[in-house]
Amino acid sequence: MPEKGKVWFFIFFKGGFFMYDVVIVGAGIIGTFIARELSRYDLKILLLDKENDVSNGTTKANTAIIHAGFDAPYNSKMGYFNVRGNPMFDKICHELDVPFKRVGSLVLAFDEEDLRTLEKLYENGSKSGVTQMEILDGEEAQQIEANISKKVKGALYAKTAGIIGPWELAIALAENAMENGVDLRLNTEVMDVTRLNDGYSIVTNKGNIMSKILINCAGVHADKLNNMVSNNRFKIIPKKGQYFLLDKTVGNLVNKIIFQCPTDRGKGIVVTPTVHGNLIIGPDSEIIEEKEDTATESHRLKFIRQVAEKSVPNIPFDHVITTFAGVRAEPDTGDFIIEEAEDSPGFINVAGIKSPGLSASPAIAEYVVNLVKEIYGSIKEKNFNPFRKRVIRFAKLSDEEKDELIKKDHRYGNIICRCETITEGEIIDAIHRKAGATTVDGVKRRARPGSGRCQGGFCLPRVMELLAREKNKNMEEILKDGLGSYILTGRTK
Amino acid sequence: MNYDLVVIGGGPAGLAAAISARRKGIKDILIIERDRELGGILNQCIHNGFGLHLFKKELTGPEYAKCFIDEVRELNIDYKLNTFVLDIDDKKELSVINSRDGFFKIQAKAIILAMGCRERPRGAINIPGSRPSGIFTAGTAQRLINMEGYMVGKKAVILGSGDIGLIMARRLTLEGAKVEAVAEIMPYPNGLNRNIVQCLEDFNIPLLLEHTVIEIKGKDRLEGVILAKVDENRSVIRGTEKYIECDTLILSVGLIPENELSKSAGIEIDPLTFGPIVDESLETSIKGIFACGNVLHVHDLVDNVTLEAYKAGEKAAEYIKKTSKERVLKTKKVKLYPGNGIRYVLPQYVNIDDLDNNLKLFFRVNDIYKDIEILIESNGRLIKKIKKNQVFPSQMESITLDKKLLTELDQEEILINVK
Repeated sequence: MPEKGKVWFFIFFKGGFFMYDVVIVGAGIIGTFIARELSRYDLKILLLDKENDVSNGTTKANTAIIHAGFDAPYNSKMGYFNVRGNPMFDKICHELDVPFKRVGSLVLAFDEEDLRTLEKLYENGSKSGVTQMEILDGEEAQQIEANISKKVKGALYAKTAGIIGPWELAIALAENAMENGVDLRLNTEVMDVTRLNDGYSIVTNKGNIMSKILINCAGVHADKLNNMVSNNRFKIIPKKGQYFLLDKTVGNLVNKIIFQCPTDRGKGIVVTPTVHGNLIIGPDSEIIEEKEDTATESHRLKFIRQVAEKSVPNIPFDHVITTFAGVRAEPDTGDFIIEEAEDSPGFINVAGIKSPGLSASPAIAEYVVNLVKEIYGSIKEKNFNPFRKRVIRFAKLSDEEKDELIKKDHRYGNIICRCETITEGEIIDAIHRKAGATTVDGVKRRARPGSGRCQGGFCLPRVMELLAREKNKNMEEILKDGLGSYILTGRTK
Repeated sequence: MNYDLVVIGGGPAGLAAAISARRKGIKDILIIERDRELGGILNQCIHNGFGLHLFKKELTGPEYAKCFIDEVRELNIDYKLNTFVLDIDDKKELSVINSRDGFFKIQAKAIILAMGCRERPRGAINIPGSRPSGIFTAGTAQRLINMEGYMVGKKAVILGSGDIGLIMARRLTLEGAKVEAVAEIMPYPNGLNRNIVQCLEDFNIPLLLEHTVIEIKGKDRLEGVILAKVDENRSVIRGTEKYIECDTLILSVGLIPENELSKSAGIEIDPLTFGPIVDESLETSIKGIFACGNVLHVHDLVDNVTLEAYKAGEKAAEYIKKTSKERVLKTKKVKLYPGNGIRYVLPQYVNIDDLDNNLKLFFRVNDIYKDIEILIESNGRLIKKIKKNQVFPSQMESITLDKKLLTELDQEEILINVK
């Protein structure tokens, strides 16, 4: 590998070619994290995604928890990166102003076999380096979590587990990466890759891009991208998991993440509060054919409900505000694939990042940065701002702060979303940030209008109006999410 | 900031309540409206049929609203638009914001809750499938079409036969869209009969009773829905599934009184109406806070909302005029219970000694019944009986009980049954 610089130092746009030091394919939690960590260095970086927004795959539909790390085998990459990643969340979430709470988790045991499982989990966790674990008896478990089943015989309590806003983190990472010089291109799909003498030529639906290093963070599609480049093939098996999301009025039914013991029949269903005060219940697990099949099914939801009630008997399912599904990238190797492909120098796979991928993401990003450093020999650090401009969350301010803010910027006195008390000011901020919102769902993921109990019934026309005004578009051009997701079909007669 | 009376909500209920309080001599009134104009949801209801009972003529929603908006202006009642109440406490202090004044507090002697209701979204009824664009609640579609002037689709299925859904079936057809069907899970329609005739039958739109949407298809924009027939337990009958291609699904699956503010004040909510528990004066569990309109229970006709709001305004005025000594504890509290066949009854309590005259109570049945008797009982003793040819869940019913009859009751509860 030649030293970085010279040819790669400038970028030229000629005949549709862009040239980069690093191209990262996939702007989910892994791709955005790597982009942000690499933006500390003097590299020309491009982050691309085939979707119309960052964080639009697995990152936007999962259980939204940071595992303590006792579950994944201690001698696996999953175990290693999970345990290493967990303590890194406080700093990153502080720097990027992302909601994160270490609420702790309980694995519930209902019989002798389960109690033996708790011992095994504890032992595995200890070997991995998980701290602050404790095995409780049934009574102790009920004391710290009043609404769990009276049939609980014991529980593994892990204090370091937490809840987080996963897509908020990915969005914040993308924004911070861009603030530090990373380019982002959306709606850009990789069609083919050709290996050059010193790098890769990436053919996309939006023209060709050249890069010295290519990092594969393509989630459920990572096998497709790998197989375009390397002969060391692997397969990603898409696994769908479905969820219920319940209203905030019942969000405090449990205070911790409530797991069940993994058995041959499955990993059990999780009941957990979210950082926004809702309650989330799921997921099941089902191997699917179509990698982007995120449809929910009534028989699956019924199953989730039954299994969840074993942990928490009185879940008020009449307070469901929505159901959703996410697809996880299960590698056929059984473990995370994080390495430079042997036959393809400069092509790094970060693939098969199934659960606990979110928990492992900061450690994975750190490791990948080191891989890039090794490829280059050395890379120069540059001025890097680790902080993101604070996000104003109007509903959380004190009365005085609210008054002061509205007097400074009157748009914070205009409530757009009644259910979540979201102001015009917050929505406009979400639109104008780097990696900002361009769609109704994009606004929802960043500022949360439409996330409440009416699910956008009142605020949809207002959010569309703000997007049209701020982006200088017609109302008819405003999309829900993806490029084909138009909302209006024209003017009335 | 201090007001004798703060009315939260400038829709039909809030406007009528403020007018009635003013007529009863209350000078210091403020209406708080979160939207850009007074009139509430009436502004988007451009069809006619409003006011038949009250004014004996057919008005459109905006015309009906205008009658009251004009009167509010003539009576010089203060109102604030684009203003949002964040919460109320049990001492009747409101936390309020708007762009112009920032954050401020208002202390009221009395409050009338008139916040209306919201629509049940897709999530509340758990329709499985994908999550594309093209799924609207009927009211949202109505706002986009009638107030913003945009069409929401070309080929629609409507789920639920609530009145707004029926009205939207006609509206979409008139705007050139094709409405494939209105599906209703129950064996009877949820909306008024006149809307079934005028909005569906006149346009040859099929009403599929005992049918529901069991799956939503489409990645970006809705591509179609799967409809299926249900049995008497509302379970899907296998083999009846059929795919209907459409780009729009309109949901008209119920309205829920919007009581987040009531809850913030600690007001007791009736799990049957989803609205505050009130007595014969429409006073909630917090003295001096009254409720009327769809925030109290969902009405079928705006005329009834207006009448209810007049009463709330009148009672709030009486409350304000009384000194604290005169606001004595009410005596002989009788609780009204819905019995067999009754979904809910309103008011939930009566203070017999405080009744001005007779008590008019409202209720809804939980199914269609023919040739029945409505029995009012107290402690197993029949106190009144009324014959009805036919009753529908979609139609609010009422019965008047003599004050004298109530005074003679020896038990503190009344049960209403269908026989």
